[in-house]
Amino acid sequence: MSERLVVDPITRIEGHLRIEVEMAGAQIAQAYSSGTMVRGIETILRGRDPRNAWAFAQRICGVCTLVHGLASVRAVEDALLIELPASAQLIRNLMIGAQFIHDHVMHFYHLHALDWVDVVSGLSASPEATSTLAQSISPWPKSSPGYFRDVQKRLKGFVDSGQLGIFANGYWGHPAYKLPPAANLMAVAHYLEALAWQRDAARLHAIFGGKNPHPNFVVGGVACPIDLNSDSAINAKKLAEVQTVIAAMQQFVDQVYVPDTLAIASFYPEWFQRGEGLGNFLCYGDLPATGTMDPAGFLFPRGVILNRDLSTIHEVDLHDDSQIQEFVSHSWYDYQGGKDAGLHPYAGETTLDYDGRGGVKPPYSQLDVTDGYTWLKAPRWKGHAMEVGPLARVLMLYATGHAQTKELVDSTLSTLKLEPRALFSTLGRTAARTLETKILVDAMQGWYDALIANIKAGDDRTFNEGRWDPATWPNDARGAGFMEAPRGALGHWIVIKEGLIENYQAVVPSTWNAGPRDPANQPGAYEAALADNHQLADAKQPLEILRTIHSFDPCIACAVHLADPDSGERIEIKVT
Amino acid sequence: MSVKDTSLGERLREHGISRRSFLNYCAAIASLMALPPGAVPAIAAALEAARRPSVIWLSFQECTGCTESLTRSHSPTIEDLILGTISLDYHHTLQAAAGTAAEAAREQAMQENHGKYLLIVDGSLPGADSNPGYSTIAGVSNYAMLMEAVQGAAAVVAVGTCAAFGGLPGADPNPTGAVSVMDVVKDKPVVNVSGCPPVPMVITGVLVHYLTFGRLPELDQYHRPLAFFGQSIHDRCYRRPFYDKGLFAETFDDAGARAGWCLYRLGCKGPSTYNACATMRWNSGTSWPIEAGHPCLGCSEPHFWDAGGFYTPLSVPTGVPKQALLAAGAAGAAIGGVVATKAKQRVRADAADRQPVTVDELEQKL
Repeated sequence: MSERLVVDPITRIEGHLRIEVEMAGAQIAQAYSSGTMVRGIETILRGRDPRNAWAFAQRICGVCTLVHGLASVRAVEDALLIELPASAQLIRNLMIGAQFIHDHVMHFYHLHALDWVDVVSGLSASPEATSTLAQSISPWPKSSPGYFRDVQKRLKGFVDSGQLGIFANGYWGHPAYKLPPAANLMAVAHYLEALAWQRDAARLHAIFGGKNPHPNFVVGGVACPIDLNSDSAINAKKLAEVQTVIAAMQQFVDQVYVPDTLAIASFYPEWFQRGEGLGNFLCYGDLPATGTMDPAGFLFPRGVILNRDLSTIHEVDLHDDSQIQEFVSHSWYDYQGGKDAGLHPYAGETTLDYDGRGGVKPPYSQLDVTDGYTWLKAPRWKGHAMEVGPLARVLMLYATGHAQTKELVDSTLSTLKLEPRALFSTLGRTAARTLETKILVDAMQGWYDALIANIKAGDDRTFNEGRWDPATWPNDARGAGFMEAPRGALGHWIVIKEGLIENYQAVVPSTWNAGPRDPANQPGAYEAALADNHQLADAKQPLEILRTIHSFDPCIACAVHLADPDSGERIEIKVT
Repeated sequence: MSVKDTSLGERLREHGISRRSFLNYCAAIASLMALPPGAVPAIAAALEAARRPSVIWLSFQECTGCTESLTRSHSPTIEDLILGTISLDYHHTLQAAAGTAAEAAREQAMQENHGKYLLIVDGSLPGADSNPGYSTIAGVSNYAMLMEAVQGAAAVVAVGTCAAFGGLPGADPNPTGAVSVMDVVKDKPVVNVSGCPPVPMVITGVLVHYLTFGRLPELDQYHRPLAFFGQSIHDRCYRRPFYDKGLFAETFDDAGARAGWCLYRLGCKGPSTYNACATMRWNSGTSWPIEAGHPCLGCSEPHFWDAGGFYTPLSVPTGVPKQALLAAGAAGAAIGGVVATKAKQRVRADAADRQPVTVDELEQKL
């Protein structure tokens, strides 16, 4: 007897994701990942002023809210050969770092934690035991029995109201939840604290970019001027605020996020043994030390790791049209050259064709996975499917000998009594996200200090006006703007003709990770990860699927089907 | 978890306790508390009303920026809102349940709170005539899901410019035929809380208004609450005095930009944009776009994506040479005042001509 499982919507993500999985007994045999929403932003960008593009592109995502804006201005700067003043680059680094730290902490507590934390179990915890646990792992001050008693009382009042709101219909009591009640209560307390903390962390973007979500950028630098004698520019008062925000980030990451990750992971060793999948990792690199975008000066290195072989780092060239290509053999798009063609983003096409490419007329219960089954394209590097994101970056840092990474990874593995192979897994990915947050929060202080030193030395320029006027541009130009976004390697490719955008393509991290099969039938990263050693304890409560999908921190909407690959028999299972 | 979303009164009745028994229970409570018999109806009402209002939040063609903005609200905070004030029964980004369990939560909330729940929408949606496959949830088109959910809603709040006016997906050439909530919902009150995203405190402010006063706030011509969208950015801008004096930043990081002069010539859409950024500011009052040196994009206005470039001034006071403006700045307000009067007249005339026009207005004119 075989089953097909559909999970749509995958919640606690950004966007609309549907996954369909074919089962072999209790084991997931095949998974299909589908992004079910399209807006056509690349098409909307055509014919517009390249200097305006960042604002449109930024709205690709409001969670990793600055990355598309920044990738877009970098694409224009690459096309027009604009170098940045050093202070502008440092301010951008601070904004990127703040985005990562904010995003990763929120992902852990608000999107991922409920996969591991049974909220209801926290009701039966002893506040004293919770306090003992909390104090044994961290000096974080909110750890008294009285504090946890108050949190528990609030939780109890909420549950007793009978209106569970966002916690309604969770898989509470599922056998895969392994945390003791005290750990659950501690995690619930930190879930609430992180909501308050993130409000404060987001203020850094408001100081430099005017608001968060969707802070403002400008091609050629940053919009905020520095003037220590102005009440309306970045001055000592605003810099002091930035320093305060950085210190608060540092404390929360060091005393809450890192110890919680280790504590929770220690109860789930089996999740270091599944959920990896591809074994190929791609990084574009980011966080430059100077105004130039030279990968040699990046904190996050650029490169590709194939087949888990950390001894060989392959070079990546975003401009080489034989390296990065997108395929639509299983997507709801048409290519002029046919559905099996691969296109480099400079020559990329975005032609929607839901009906012609296998889209099933809504309402539907199942995708047609033989043809198009998603609004995501399938990007490939030299034909290889790649995973991008925190695990890719930590592996790249580790492989290139970054001392702090090596120390953090080795001590984490030793604390959890794991072999290095354990990194290639669902929780390896989640742990990598925490470790890179630690690396970044430490780097924040360095960038802040460098910014202060720059200003002290009299270098307070934040904008390069040289190429602002379109009259100074060549008739034809093209550029690749890239960055490491919280969810992985992000690239925007722009083709400029006579001052306007002729073509614009974004290949986003979740396109790499959540994309579909390619013409060679190679699965994307989600699809491969779900097919890696997953058994479902209860097909009606597919908590295991959520764990691995959330470990990627999806930035789209997906769906999962379970079908019998042998008999083809498909039975709808209601997931409740 | 077996606890259902019901008030105490409803739960007692579900367990076979009649209305009569319930009132007896209330009388017993009153007796225990040594209250007069007249207090019984009040106790009953309080117990029965102990429900938090149900809120169902639908996300369509969106980027989740509006939800992120909601979480930045500092008064009320998101945690106070969802634990103490409302019952957020369906919200993709925050809810624990996924798949069919999530859809069941939505259906259950719609059923149990029929006629009473508040429906919030972020994101535009492919219109009734668009391909329904452009955006689906659980295999259902956004249009079908909205039409189903709107039936039992007390009111609809469209959060963000996409839901309110079609927003980015609706920008030219609108590849997916995206429409706003108001375009398709005609038989329920719709409040538009625009902005890309809206100011955090404006989102919660509208909810709090509704929950506190039991009715929707007064709205402007675009269905936006006057309390937050009644004044232009320009009229509330702290840099307005420099506009009046004719002192403008000419480029980013010039002397005027550093001094905090008006960003009008850099393309600021403050004069034609109605929003609360200048008064409420962003992120716990930390700053806002103009304070951080960037011109206002006009993101709370209909069709702002197609209303000219972000760095193209609404109009430039061309009667005044650039040098004169700079000199005015150096010489002070005496010269500036003369320049400003001219500039102001010109700007007003041009701004009036170039304000974003809606399709409805065009239809009325044509």
